Amino acid sequence: MTTHTIERIPILRLGSFLLVSIQIEMDDRIALQLQEDLTALIEKTGARGVLIDISSLEIVDSFIGRMIGNISAMSQILNANTVIVGIQPSVAITLVELGITFADVRTALTVERGMEILTGVEDSEKVGDE
Amino acid sequence: MNDSLPLVSDRDIVLARQETRNLARQLGLSIVDQTKIVTAVSELARNAVVHGGGGSLRCEIVTSDGKQGLRLTVSDEGPGIADLNLAMKDGWTSGSGLGIGLPGARRLVNEFHITSERGRGTTVVVTRWK
Repeated sequence: MTTHTIERIPILRLGSFLLVSIQIEMDDRIALQLQEDLTALIEKTGARGVLIDISSLEIVDSFIGRMIGNISAMSQILNANTVIVGIQPSVAITLVELGITFADVRTALTVERGMEILTGVEDSEKVGDE
Repeated sequence: MNDSLPLVSDRDIVLARQETRNLARQLGLSIVDQTKIVTAVSELARNAVVHGGGGSLRCEIVTSDGKQGLRLTVSDEGPGIADLNLAMKDGWTSGSGLGIGLPGARRLVNEFHITSERGRGTTVVVTRWK
């Protein structure tokens, strides 16, 4: 066993929301750790929404894409909505060619728009991304 | 340029992405093309780590007909792929994952060559032209 400590992505709590901004180059283990930490924290805090800012991510490959889809689905089951914000255009183009369409993932261009979706989501269940 | 990077751990996948990004930038590929080739390498490197029992990545800038390109060779000495046609199909997976790694990577590059021999390993050579 190595004593190497796993880097963690910090999760901020703001009222009934959890905020994550991914600022490091994610390896697979960090991605899985985030998935675990987030679901545990949703359960613990009863958070209603999760906002994940990926504007610093220069690539999203199938593994990270799957992690994002998983978080989205898992949070839904735990009665919280997830919004992914700040996807770079080059990442969006690459994702679609790779075969990941994020059909079941809610996205917004900016943190502000993302928060609007999360806070307004109870009023109308199907808020579009405009 | 003839660097060879080991592909053994999660972290090596990240290093492979960084090395590819640096060379793609040096070559002057557009941001979208950089993102595509880096994403492709991430998929191939993960295959080598997860399914190939580890491998290596070689990055080189190549010239053909006055065109410059980035060529990446990912090889492992793992169990090999039993049915290449099947492995290149969207949605086919050996167990974990989404089954888009290989076909997805192929869509992200201009040239894609794969050779695999059972018991001997797998080598994938991809090129993105400027």
